[in-house]
Amino acid sequence: MAMWRWSVREMADRVRAGEVKPSELTEAVLARIRETEGKIRAFLHMDEEAAMSRARGLDGRAGEARGLLFGVPGAVKDNLCTAGVRTTCASRILANYVPPYTATAVCKLEEHGAVLVGKTNMDEFAMGSSTENSAFQKTANPWDLNRVPGGSSGGSAAAVAAGQVPFALGSDTGGSIRQPAAFCGVVGLKPTYGRVSRYGLVAFASSLDQIGPITRTVEDAALVLQAIAGRDPRDSTSAPVEVPDWTASLTGEVKGMRLAVPREYIGEGTDPAVAEAVKRAVETLAGLGAVVEEVSLPHTKYAVAVYYLIAPAEASSNLARYDGVRYGVRVEGDNLIDMYGRTRSQGFGPEVKRRIMLGTYALSSGYYDAYYLRAQKVRTLIRRDFEAVFERFDAVVAPTAPTTAFRFGEKIEDPLTMYLNDVLTIPVNLAGLPAISVPCGLAGGLPVGLQVIGKPFDEATVLRVAHAYEQAAALKLEPAGL
Amino acid sequence: MKISLEQVEHVARLARLSLSEDEARRYTEQLEAILEFADQLQELDVSGVPPTSHVLPIYNVLREDEEQPGLTREEALAGAPDSEDGQFRVPAILEG
Amino acid sequence: MEFETVIGLEVHVELATKTKIFCGCSTEFGAPPNTHVCPVCLGHPGVLPVLNRRALELAMKAALALNCRIARESKFDRKNYFYPDLPKAYQISQYDMPIGEDGYIEIEVDGRTKRIGITRVHLEEDAGKLMHSADGLHSLVDFNRVGVPLIEIVSEPDMRSPEEARAYLEKLKAIMQYCEISDVRMEEGSLRCDANISLRPAGSTSFGTKTEIKNLNSFRNVQRGLEYEQERQRQILLSGGEVVQETRRWDEATGQTVSMRSKEEAHDYRYFPEPDLVALSIDDAWVERIRQTIPELPDARKRRFIEQYGLPAYDAGVLTASKGVADFFDEAVRYVDDPKAVSNWMMGELLGHMNQSGLEIGRVKVTPRGLAKLIGLIREGTISTKIAKTVFAEMFETGKDPESIIEEKGLVQISDEGALAAIVDKVIEANPKSVADYKGGKEKALGALVGQVMKETKGKANPQLVNKLLKERLG
Repeated sequence: MAMWRWSVREMADRVRAGEVKPSELTEAVLARIRETEGKIRAFLHMDEEAAMSRARGLDGRAGEARGLLFGVPGAVKDNLCTAGVRTTCASRILANYVPPYTATAVCKLEEHGAVLVGKTNMDEFAMGSSTENSAFQKTANPWDLNRVPGGSSGGSAAAVAAGQVPFALGSDTGGSIRQPAAFCGVVGLKPTYGRVSRYGLVAFASSLDQIGPITRTVEDAALVLQAIAGRDPRDSTSAPVEVPDWTASLTGEVKGMRLAVPREYIGEGTDPAVAEAVKRAVETLAGLGAVVEEVSLPHTKYAVAVYYLIAPAEASSNLARYDGVRYGVRVEGDNLIDMYGRTRSQGFGPEVKRRIMLGTYALSSGYYDAYYLRAQKVRTLIRRDFEAVFERFDAVVAPTAPTTAFRFGEKIEDPLTMYLNDVLTIPVNLAGLPAISVPCGLAGGLPVGLQVIGKPFDEATVLRVAHAYEQAAALKLEPAGL
Repeated sequence: MKISLEQVEHVARLARLSLSEDEARRYTEQLEAILEFADQLQELDVSGVPPTSHVLPIYNVLREDEEQPGLTREEALAGAPDSEDGQFRVPAILEG
Repeated sequence: MEFETVIGLEVHVELATKTKIFCGCSTEFGAPPNTHVCPVCLGHPGVLPVLNRRALELAMKAALALNCRIARESKFDRKNYFYPDLPKAYQISQYDMPIGEDGYIEIEVDGRTKRIGITRVHLEEDAGKLMHSADGLHSLVDFNRVGVPLIEIVSEPDMRSPEEARAYLEKLKAIMQYCEISDVRMEEGSLRCDANISLRPAGSTSFGTKTEIKNLNSFRNVQRGLEYEQERQRQILLSGGEVVQETRRWDEATGQTVSMRSKEEAHDYRYFPEPDLVALSIDDAWVERIRQTIPELPDARKRRFIEQYGLPAYDAGVLTASKGVADFFDEAVRYVDDPKAVSNWMMGELLGHMNQSGLEIGRVKVTPRGLAKLIGLIREGTISTKIAKTVFAEMFETGKDPESIIEEKGLVQISDEGALAAIVDKVIEANPKSVADYKGGKEKALGALVGQVMKETKGKANPQLVNKLLKERLG
């Protein structure tokens, strides 16, 4: 098997066993990137030289190789700050931004010996579900080059699906890891809010954002999460919760586990072929001895509205700092106010501006109570729905997205339709829960994702269920577009 | 009507976005549609429901009052679009 | 028509922490521009704030010293507005759940004690500093101050004159200084004051239209600015006009307040809970622990000075207005048991020299022990009070011990009869007219002779002894 096809686990094991050198792995994935990138366009920037030099440095240290990801190449979404390396969030306003510091999650990857080969494309400031909102390029879905990879972590998902890297980090505010993972036929894990430090993740919606891995196997997702999780003194919202050994929970055993299937998640907007694939996956889990029952999460239908008030409100404040004063791009004007207006109008793309407008409105005097405050209250109701279900169940299983990957341009003109594509992932962010998307077959030749949602800080159960399904189903998914 | 063109223009000023007429019109329509969609929240009875601004039940995360290394002035100004004498430079602020 | 003035103050106090409120940058004053900065306080993409424990505890201490109720649950909010000195384009502040509420302090004006209510005390971050560039077309920003912890203390509209406002501010300053909450140096901006002022017909209970006065950058300017504004509003009302609700800036140079009308539209700060910080939960034990750190406050100390040392209320008030001065007094009387003499020397000489030189008590070279020794030397008759003043001036200048100054300069009082007798005889011989006048019944003439002896001895003669010797000789 070609080296680039190896899993994170296999690469790490073979480096540890001295069978392969980190530089050979990096050379292999760089070759694969050169071969496929013309079609996929997953990367915003790469530095082959720097990656090879880092890998060669690790070659010499193979004897002391003790990180979980020692010698394993990977990529990170371009909204994770990397000192001395351009970090643009796929936005013109940060086109020239070189951070003076590195995100905690990226530091941890490097401490574990990973070799980062580049920064992946995304929807501008992580706002979008197709990666079409990137100011710089469109990334194609490796399964069908005419379709979107999903978003906003579309570059990370496409890179992993195309075999360009065995893992990549993404960020998930309303489904931005899970939905592209589902669209590209790979595994995407959004950890519990507070599990991974957000320090250095360029903020979109601070109360919802979370960093997580995109990989080809559930075990790899566990390994990468293991490397990046944990309390960080630089992030007040990173939880002082113990980090267990997640690979130990991958037993393949789900016998007797109680799984809930929410009836609201397979509704009228769901593609019947997607519903069918998910139904078969649930049957597989039942076949393994899990107890499956249908439940109701009655406030699900309000989640999109809640999300599209709260997230833009926080974003309108988080993105106010891009004012052309301290860093980034400035467009000169006649006076200060004019400079602000031009810089921000020309620096941000249409979707980002739309959300800044929406969020500013939702927070403004006279509308705060009707929109923002009410959305926060309904957010409480959505959380309570999950709490009630988790009193009786170990996990919730559902589709990740109501459809498979759509064509370029299909939804970009209609923001509301695009927003509704997030209906199955958003509630999880609002409740701060861990969830994974694992491939569960094809519908019309395109991948479908099975979503497994767990209790707060119970990534172990989420991983265990996803892994048991993955092993039992033993799907052999090969992107058709390459 | 949920939102008028004038409101959109006001919000744009608050957000320091200078919109073209065309953009302002388009955003008015789109925000109108989104806010109409958001109106479904009005049908819920939320009396007595506390707002969630945070899902984490953690409190009092504090750091000790100890100095940490920061940036040199050169590093701080490295990305500045404009600077003078070790300071960030912006168009003059008109007072009064 | 008679008017009553209504004043409320909003005071910002920079807390005396080593580092900023949300990052580990130094708060040192006066460093070269942009040298105490990091990605967090510069508002770089992706950074997050972490609250400084000491800033929180100093805010709690301030609220307690101002007799506030401490919130058991508190949180931070974002106040959103664009300005080049505000890197994130929002200030992390506290909107609806401040650290402290419902407090008061007491002030004394014209011998009357009055209670001024404190509405709230909240914690927030300072902004950077803006300066105009030489070309006049640009502004320059220094972010060293951004993120320095501040408390905002909002008073009730309880003050009725500019004088009361000044007394309130001075009391506030003393309390902050006593508790070591802040350096409270108005000239360095660590204490800043904005005032709301309105007038209403005497006897009315509703409020008139108020203006907000900014840039009141010294105690004197607080009073002057408010006096000016009070008169400005009075003239408007007397001429049948209406006061416009607006923000006005005190211009020290012209001695006027000027409207700050700007083209910007009314602010809409869009406050919402800061999602990057977690809530605060403050229990009784914590509050008590902070309460224990509050020292004797100015009012209590003043009472003690009156009761324990028998000082007049006026002396006690002057000596306790600054903690450093009161500490100096407390220490000096440990070395010399004469509180009134210590008080006189401090209020006269020490504070006089401090005023002249602009030195603060902390930088004064005279020690409490040195002053006590000086007073002891007078009491023993080693030097006269007059000489002692010269010695004190030298002590203030050089910080030397009084004894060594006296020795170096040969200032010891001449109390030796033998040594003085010859000089007395010489003076009598040289001044026959004064001698004749004295003998003729002019008592005053003796004074002239004493003066001559003092002159001959360069002021070192013991005046009592000179008197005695002269009288003996002139019968």
